[in-house]
Amino acid sequence: MTRSASGSSQPRWLLPFVILAVALLSVLPLSRLAVAGFVALWRGDLGGLLADPALWSSLRYTLETALFGTAISVLLGAAFAFLLTLTDLRGRSVLGFLFVLPMMIPPQVTALAWVQMSGPSSPLLKALHIAPPLGSPQPLYSVGGIALLFGVQHAPLVYLALRAGLMALPRDGIEAARLSGASSLQVFRHIVLPLSMPGLIAGAAIAFVSCVGNFGIPAILGIPASIYTLPTLIFSKFSAFSSRTFGEVALLSTAIALISVVGLAVQERVLRGRDYRVIGLAGAVATFRLGGLGLLVAPLLWLLLFFVLVAPFMALLAGALVPAYGVPLTFSTLSFHAFEEVLFRQSATRTAFANSLFLSAATAFGLLLLTLLVGYQLASRRGVLARVLTALVEIPYALPGIVLAVAFILVFAGPLPVLNVTLYGTIWIILIAYFSSFFAVSLKPVVSAFRQLDPALEEAARLSGAGFYRRLADIVVPLVAPAAGASVILVFLIACNELTVSALLWTAGTQTLGVVIYNLDDSGGSDLASALSVLVVVMVVAMMLALEFFGKRLPKGVLPWRS
Amino acid sequence: MAKLILNHVGKDFGGSRPAVSSLSIDVRAGGFLALLGPSGCGKTTVLRMIAGFEQPSDGSILLGDRLLADAASMVPPERRNMAMVFQSYALWPHMSVAENVGYPLKVRGISGERWRKAVADALEAVRLHEHAERQPADLSGGQRQRVALARCLVTSPDVVLLDEPLANLDRHLKQEMEETFRDFHNRSGATMIYVTHDQSEAMALATEVAVMSEGRLVQLAPPEEIYARPEGRMAGALIGQGAILQLPLPEGTPRLLDWAALRPLFQGHAAGACADILVRPQHVVVDPEGIACRVVSALYEGERYALRLALPDGQILRAFSAARVSPGEKLAVAILSAWRLA
Repeated sequence: MTRSASGSSQPRWLLPFVILAVALLSVLPLSRLAVAGFVALWRGDLGGLLADPALWSSLRYTLETALFGTAISVLLGAAFAFLLTLTDLRGRSVLGFLFVLPMMIPPQVTALAWVQMSGPSSPLLKALHIAPPLGSPQPLYSVGGIALLFGVQHAPLVYLALRAGLMALPRDGIEAARLSGASSLQVFRHIVLPLSMPGLIAGAAIAFVSCVGNFGIPAILGIPASIYTLPTLIFSKFSAFSSRTFGEVALLSTAIALISVVGLAVQERVLRGRDYRVIGLAGAVATFRLGGLGLLVAPLLWLLLFFVLVAPFMALLAGALVPAYGVPLTFSTLSFHAFEEVLFRQSATRTAFANSLFLSAATAFGLLLLTLLVGYQLASRRGVLARVLTALVEIPYALPGIVLAVAFILVFAGPLPVLNVTLYGTIWIILIAYFSSFFAVSLKPVVSAFRQLDPALEEAARLSGAGFYRRLADIVVPLVAPAAGASVILVFLIACNELTVSALLWTAGTQTLGVVIYNLDDSGGSDLASALSVLVVVMVVAMMLALEFFGKRLPKGVLPWRS
Repeated sequence: MAKLILNHVGKDFGGSRPAVSSLSIDVRAGGFLALLGPSGCGKTTVLRMIAGFEQPSDGSILLGDRLLADAASMVPPERRNMAMVFQSYALWPHMSVAENVGYPLKVRGISGERWRKAVADALEAVRLHEHAERQPADLSGGQRQRVALARCLVTSPDVVLLDEPLANLDRHLKQEMEETFRDFHNRSGATMIYVTHDQSEAMALATEVAVMSEGRLVQLAPPEEIYARPEGRMAGALIGQGAILQLPLPEGTPRLLDWAALRPLFQGHAAGACADILVRPQHVVVDPEGIACRVVSALYEGERYALRLALPDGQILRAFSAARVSPGEKLAVAILSAWRLA
């Protein structure tokens, strides 16, 4: 008998159950995608695809937007991370919360808001009488526009990765450098910067991969200007469905997956030899005094946040408050018509609300049941199996959503064996894809809470005479309850705003909020799309604040915007 | 009550050497056994095997004639009627003190007035009855320790296991808790197994001490016996103060040596294989006729000075002195008694 089997008396079904769940949600769709890719290669679809100029242009656009976007993310994210973590700037925590907000706002909403903020038809600019003349081009419908928004959307990822590294800086190391006679600037250049490189590189890699897989921003900004990135190209291939679609789409998904893997491999390469195990007292906070400089820097950061966050939201609000598309917004024309329309009249938006709420709630609570068991199992065992299972859970989340959606279409396109039911076209395929995609999101808080538990707490319950289910109910679950609560809200929040997966999987009647926002904007109903987006942003902020409330009782690193 | 028998117990985690090998100990019913050894000697693994958290890979563990575990089968911890005080105390932070103490009863289906009475009695025994409704987080280290002890008391377990329970307490609190443990042992009559790396705790509490090293039992004896007659270099170094000298010893010398037997060894008259000799500091006395030593260091300990003396051949001897001595001084000493370790 192995150590864990004798040591923790779990019921026999637990491990097989965990393995089965991971296999169904992760191994099955990914291997199905790989098979489809190989079949397409075998049939020679690759030749046709390679000859298609659309592939090459979308490849170029994908790389261009992702690389420029990453550069912007790194600049913004690094500046905020250094200033908010290492200096005595006032209002650091509020600035931090606001800066990471864009990460949790759905990309299509960000794109929509920026479109409403700029260009000749911006209701906000028109109301302020500073709109460019009619007929001038919308500047965001361009590679530069997409890259800029990629940069804004993913800067929080760089910020968080870098900040985690900065928080672990050895305070005594910095103090020792000071005593050696180094000035603030020298300490920063000689100690802080080299030690924070791993975090910066990791953040850049995550930002790059997220840019490559992003669908919402190029869908809204790129498609009107015929700029297709790989995810939007896949989307358009599905719209023009043909016999070769599955094969081509499988190959395109593989291309996205490959670019992501290359991005991560470059990161790995650069990080090698930079494993600075930080020894000594961690917790460098407010190390550098800005003094008078703070009076200059703080307004600058607030101004930046104003343009990145407040102005787009005001534009979105303005867009939602115009009485009808194209009508100028003044205090006399202001109307809540669009809100009424999306909340009470339009059946499409009301269905979308119902669908998204159902999908998010079912995903959040269903996954919680699963992750409680999987997390318990993973935390209690070490070794190869646990590492493999953890990696398998994380792959679907790390992969761009569009790739996962394609994989699930391939799995469920035909009727299920034995049952003879077709899931494709029903809401259930979206639910299963959500389960797969957000498994890692749900698992992370729970598993880190389990890992933090002193094993003696459960052992004491065993010696008290409590069997497995009794221990689970009396001891284990109550102790991980805060993390479980965070897990539910987090998954709900992300699933509610999700667009990429459902964009491919929805059909009439199963549209989600993300899909409806995109469709409304696509069909010219930007006032309705704006109203819906405003509601979504309010919901996101409310849920993030609810999570902040839990924040103090959660293990470190559970909330993605805290570190 | 029945005696606890470890019969050639071994545990192999697949490392370079087994964590525990062929360990045999009988603990009489109501006995108080201390498992003593440096960290990594396997004492905690033994405790966890007795509790049922680990299964032995060899041998068997019995309570009276009931088989608790061998390599093929084992009774899970929840059905052993044992209790344990963990090093971290393992109090459940989401339950009050009373709920923590009463949990083993709750699991056994005891509720209502009986539950309240039993919990109150247990808390009374550790003088914590006024804190019944508080949360563990509001208690001091020593109080948490006593809650953990009360949780052991409440079900009258056959065996109580203590895993370095005093490791996290300061010295003053340690003494107080040692009293509490002794009191608890007398009152409950339970068999107690106490794991520690601190020999003074082991000596103060246990009726028997088992010294372990590298997974093996080195010596099992009452505290006085182990102090006076340790077996081997490891036990000699671990228990009590003293210096271990290497001296050539003729064949057939008895293990307990007096000054008459020791004196020739220092005059270079004796021949034979080198043996490890343990000399306790209280047996080293100033004697102008004795061995000429040089004082290496003198540490003032309050009631006396603790000396380190260099013998003519450079080996170090420990001694006490009531009078002040300075490093570098010459001092002639006699060794009244010494013990050959092997």
